[in-house]
Amino acid sequence: MRINATVIPSLAMSNSLLATLVLVVAVFAVVMGIVTYLTLLERKVAAWIQDRYGPNRCGPLGLIQPLADAVKMLFKEEFIPARADRWLYLIAPMWIIVPALVAVAVVPLAGTVEIAGQFVRLQIADINVGLLYIVGVGSLSVYAVVLGGWASNSKYSFLGGLRSTAQMISYEVPLGLTLLSLVLVSGGSLRLEEIVAHQSGYWWGWLPRWNAFTQPLALVIFFTCMLAESNRLPFDLPEAEQELVGGYHTEYSSMKFGMFMMAEYAHVLVSSMVLAVLFLGGWSFWGLRDEQTAWYFALAKLAVLLGKAGLIIFFVMQIRWTLPRFRFDQVMRLAWKGWIPAALALLAANALLLYWMAPALVYTLANVALLALFVFAGQFSRSPVTGRQLSLRAVESELQTTNP
Amino acid sequence: MTWAVMGITLFVLLGVAFVLGSLLAGKLIRPSIPHPQKGEIYECGEPTVGDSRIQFDLRFYVVALVFVIFDVEVALLYPWARVYLQNARTAFVDLLFFFGVLLVGFAYLWRFGYLDWVRSSAGQQRGGQTSGDEDIAA
Repeated sequence: MRINATVIPSLAMSNSLLATLVLVVAVFAVVMGIVTYLTLLERKVAAWIQDRYGPNRCGPLGLIQPLADAVKMLFKEEFIPARADRWLYLIAPMWIIVPALVAVAVVPLAGTVEIAGQFVRLQIADINVGLLYIVGVGSLSVYAVVLGGWASNSKYSFLGGLRSTAQMISYEVPLGLTLLSLVLVSGGSLRLEEIVAHQSGYWWGWLPRWNAFTQPLALVIFFTCMLAESNRLPFDLPEAEQELVGGYHTEYSSMKFGMFMMAEYAHVLVSSMVLAVLFLGGWSFWGLRDEQTAWYFALAKLAVLLGKAGLIIFFVMQIRWTLPRFRFDQVMRLAWKGWIPAALALLAANALLLYWMAPALVYTLANVALLALFVFAGQFSRSPVTGRQLSLRAVESELQTTNP
Repeated sequence: MTWAVMGITLFVLLGVAFVLGSLLAGKLIRPSIPHPQKGEIYECGEPTVGDSRIQFDLRFYVVALVFVIFDVEVALLYPWARVYLQNARTAFVDLLFFFGVLLVGFAYLWRFGYLDWVRSSAGQQRGGQTSGDEDIAA
């Protein structure tokens, strides 16, 4: 049994030097612009959920607020703890933002565009191990959190850094396993352009062949892990304000604090784009095809990709302002006893279905069945009794014996 | 060096330049009025006691160890997934064998409570440890 992966002819060519240069600068500028405005969007969403106005003083609807914030951060005096390790303290904010941004380099933004008779693929680097690159780069940011927590020499930072390490490495395992399932069902390709191409086309003439429909369990696991990796609620234990002040960035001020803030939003943006590419067909949409290379089609494709990412980001923000935070043992339990077995089972199920050459609907059914099974089993999986519960019980039984 | 690698390198360099540039700009224009109390770390206004680099819980170490095992497994499976369709039957049997070996270790970890975060106090009470969260209210 031998099935060749689908290869688009245009994949063979490579961008020219000038096109690469222009793309790098343009993508960087656009991503930084979006990241800056995500801070405003987050505050607006928070205000909307909590029935307030949100920032509305700087410019119409508060639209200049991000610039005002940037200026404020530049002008703030910086406090560096006297006993901090100054070099590591400096490296941490630099290290956290670069990996978060760099993952966007392999995301296929809008197919191919024809400019002045020259075909340019709107993707900075079309490498054939794109998915592996994203996993690798994504896991680099854990170092920054550890460094930030360690170098500050503050107890809050240290605790936040430790927790974050445990959390991020725990959720990396189900993330990697889920992406493996995705590689399997995308014809064994790790190249993001091919994963997108694999999702083009329609079932019954109208339903897009997105991985979200055939792999719902993978989508759920990936989304959870994405929240955990970017330290967003309900997984924001590393910087739980109410107990750890700011976690690993407690001791950071002025522009270095700004770096940590920007990195969080860069993470959210980049992982939303990756999710859109992997599960929601990237730039594919009704009426858009790969062979449309005029510039307005490229713009439309870019708008589709950013629109999908925007919807995911909006959902992530809604989650932040509506869900409470997990307890740390619950976070670890979800990773090790929930998603890792689920991702292993999903990988085995996908491999088996692929061997049988099952139709797409069977994949969906298998995913839903596995998800239902794990939710059902979760009802019977009990967390161990904590010391606090034991002492509570002792007090209660004592109360019952003394005054019945 | 292919264009793809160059594109990524350029992107990384641009990112580093942006970070260095904005940190340097901040350094040049912000005020600096040193004071010994500004060098204190934040601890709710209390004077800090001791160093913060203290001995921490061993459980973090166990998590890291287990993570390494699983992550190596994931890394090993990527080439497997790439060529799966070329010989699906053999590849599937390989996967089952691989999982089998791994799941023995996983079952061991699960059985002896290494996957439980709040193990330390539960381990002392081997008898009644299976009751759940809702027992707090009872």
